[in-house]
Amino acid sequence: MEKYLYIALFAPLASSLFVALFAARPKMLFTGIVASLLIGVSMIASFILLIDVNNYGPLHVTMMDWISAGNLSIPFGFVVDEVSVIMMVTVTLVSTIVHIYSIGYMDHDKSFNRFFSYLSAFVFSMMILVMSDNFVGLFIGWEGVGLCSWLLIGFWYHKHSASWAANEAFIMNRIADLGMLMGLFLIYWQLGSFQYDVVFANVKHLDPAIITTIGIFLFIGAMGKSAQFPLHTWLADAMEGPTPVSALIHAATMVTAGVYLVIRCGELYTLIPHVGFAIASLGAFVALFAASMALVNNDLKRIIAYSTLSQLGYMFVAAGLGAYWIALFHLMTHAFFKSLLFLGAGNVMHAMHDELNIKKMGGLYGSMKATAILMSIASVALAGIYPFAGFFSKDKILEVAFNEGAYFLWFALFIGAGLTAFYSFRLVMLVFFGEKEYKKQGLHPHEAQNFVIYALVPLGLLAIVAGFFEHAFHGFVTKLLRNYEIHIDHGVEAILIAATLGIAISGIAFAIYMYKRGGFPKSLEERACYKILSNQYFIPYAYERFIMKPFTALSHFFWVSIDTKIIDATVDLIARVFYKSGEKARKMQSGNLSDMLRWMVMGIVVLLIFAILYRPTV
Amino acid sequence: MITLTHYLVLAGLLFAIGLVGVMKRTNLLMLFFSTEILLNAVNIGFVAVSKYYGDLSGQLFAFFIIAVAASEVAVGLGLLILWYKRNGTVDLNSLQIMKG
Amino acid sequence: MYEVIAFYVFAALTIGMFSIVVMSKNALYAMSALAGGMIFISGFFFILDADFLGVVQITVYSGAIMALYAFGMMFFDTTRDVSEKMRSKKIAYTLSIASAVLLVVIFCAPFFSQKIEALYPVIENVGNVQMIGLVLFTKYLVPFELAAIMLLVAMIAGIVLASKKMDGEWEAIEDLEDAKEGR
Repeated sequence: MEKYLYIALFAPLASSLFVALFAARPKMLFTGIVASLLIGVSMIASFILLIDVNNYGPLHVTMMDWISAGNLSIPFGFVVDEVSVIMMVTVTLVSTIVHIYSIGYMDHDKSFNRFFSYLSAFVFSMMILVMSDNFVGLFIGWEGVGLCSWLLIGFWYHKHSASWAANEAFIMNRIADLGMLMGLFLIYWQLGSFQYDVVFANVKHLDPAIITTIGIFLFIGAMGKSAQFPLHTWLADAMEGPTPVSALIHAATMVTAGVYLVIRCGELYTLIPHVGFAIASLGAFVALFAASMALVNNDLKRIIAYSTLSQLGYMFVAAGLGAYWIALFHLMTHAFFKSLLFLGAGNVMHAMHDELNIKKMGGLYGSMKATAILMSIASVALAGIYPFAGFFSKDKILEVAFNEGAYFLWFALFIGAGLTAFYSFRLVMLVFFGEKEYKKQGLHPHEAQNFVIYALVPLGLLAIVAGFFEHAFHGFVTKLLRNYEIHIDHGVEAILIAATLGIAISGIAFAIYMYKRGGFPKSLEERACYKILSNQYFIPYAYERFIMKPFTALSHFFWVSIDTKIIDATVDLIARVFYKSGEKARKMQSGNLSDMLRWMVMGIVVLLIFAILYRPTV
Repeated sequence: MITLTHYLVLAGLLFAIGLVGVMKRTNLLMLFFSTEILLNAVNIGFVAVSKYYGDLSGQLFAFFIIAVAASEVAVGLGLLILWYKRNGTVDLNSLQIMKG
Repeated sequence: MYEVIAFYVFAALTIGMFSIVVMSKNALYAMSALAGGMIFISGFFFILDADFLGVVQITVYSGAIMALYAFGMMFFDTTRDVSEKMRSKKIAYTLSIASAVLLVVIFCAPFFSQKIEALYPVIENVGNVQMIGLVLFTKYLVPFELAAIMLLVAMIAGIVLASKKMDGEWEAIEDLEDAKEGR
């Protein structure tokens, strides 16, 4: 079975390297096809591994030694257990679809080949991240996906906004990675190993204060990658990248790496429930906070990005409260319907010639039936309506919050569920139904190519049926993860489900009702709360005002007064001293032998003086 | 009683005389003479040390120094003659090609 | 007692002779004084029981080397006084006296390592020449052979250099130099 492990891991690398050969050439169709095929191979290998793990248990291989210095020994080890195989399947499945989709989406882009190289490199990094059996490998993958994310957000680097967004994402992630590195150092310092099994076997013997510190530092890393408050601003700006990238990286896979980390370190977080509760609280806050921003935004992709943020908040609630398998389950279902939503949005963007303002769309159902249906499915799944995938996972998270007695969290998530339903259908209504605003711009939208739609169909199916795998999934992952049972009376449970379903349906109904009638009155946009929301709580302004400006001023100060006046001056001074002394000493070289001999004797005298002054005692 | 110090001081003095010659003379032939003085001063030192420590290495070093001096003179004189033939002088101040 | 007298006499003589070498304006005087100095130095060698080296000193230095200088001087104009334009003799004397003083100070200071282990100790009741032979042809054989090769090379070099036909070759070199200076 090791064979399949290596195939799953290295097929994306092979794809990336092969396509990279043609990166600088004009578009070649076969690069996209080869990349898609290789990623598909990786997906098939992942599925085989899934079956294998289900039948025979986890697979653990050590490919070779990577770093061994002194007591530090880090192998290139890979582990395929219940958690990582789920991640692998999710990642490769979505990646394959995104690759195929991209052949259509990037059709007219002159950097077609480069795009596929980056995308495959991303898949490889992500596989390293989820398959590694130690924290260092995880960190390598972590940085690899960060790098690929940077490359892909800034894919259209000639656009200033894109390169800015790429840098923002990268820098924010660096800040968070520092926290993660601190956590890793602390782990090694305390436990002397980076291997998951060793670490988790011994972590319980540590001082609780240290476990808490490790947990907090690791979560800071997760916060950056999963764009949790206050490091969330990069995710919305990352929508500058091509839409397949948003679907793959900023919805389905990379941003969930933080959740994966928390799930993977579940045994550590179980020991520190207070930190877990703080994570859950932050998650609930972000769930509500991001959903509220999504309510008023008019940018098609940003709405979905905020929705991603909000759903990540849900996952952290589950993970923080110890319901790791539920977090993983929501991660998986979310990957399916959110990437579907993004890819559908990509179709819409293409049809609208890169117009993103949903207020300028409307009535696209007529010309884009398939996309409309797929996006509606994804939206229903996102809103959490039975029997779609989102219902099962999201409802479980609400039950977890209720079960833990965290009624406040439950209430926040409950409201969040209503908001989610509302904004997702606001989007659907504004884009696909209502007035045909696009006609004012003289656009003639058309459906995407057929194979693009067919590529999306599996995701649509999964968005519908994934929820029914709940019991199988539960049985499978709890072999590794801590089981989490919900002990709520059946009556109460039924009421909860009904309430959640009720608020979701009413959110949908409200959205449909309002936008059927032409939306909200304009006067609403003058309200203070609308302004706060549409300006993202003024957080980007605050960052610019209170962090970037002072930092720029400080940098300028250091440049002008410290660098040029002290450091440069010192360096110049040294250079000048040598220059001047060289000019003076030049006269020594008169070319006259007598003079040279005199200098030589002078040297002898100096040496003799040294010999007298410095006589080593025996 | 004559001690090692006596010999070494004598060697030092002879060496200093050699140094005077090396610095003062501008005639190349005289410069060669001065270097011979330097070498001989060192030889005295070696042989004296050899005697007072009862070790033959000093004498052998002096022996090799004599050999080196002999070859130095052979080559040096050859060059000197060449220079004289070309320039008609063996004065040091005519040797200034190296001036930068 | 004889040793003390001999040492001081030879010391005075060598210092005097070498001073003449350094100071004299006449090349012939200088050379003669040098030859004398060399012979007196061999006296030290005899005092120090280095009979072999003393003999070598007389034959090689006073014999071969001085003869070489004498032959060499035949090429030069030796009867005239050597005219030397001296610039700042002060520096030369100051430096020499300074180094002499320093050397004397160093040598007069008590030696810090009296316990030097003799590498090739002198064996009692064996003559100096025999001893030298023993060490030279065992431990110092390779340096000795190298010295032989060096002398051979030096001899060939001396012959080649002194017998060069000056005119042709030098002109070629001068042409080269002219070309370099762009004339």
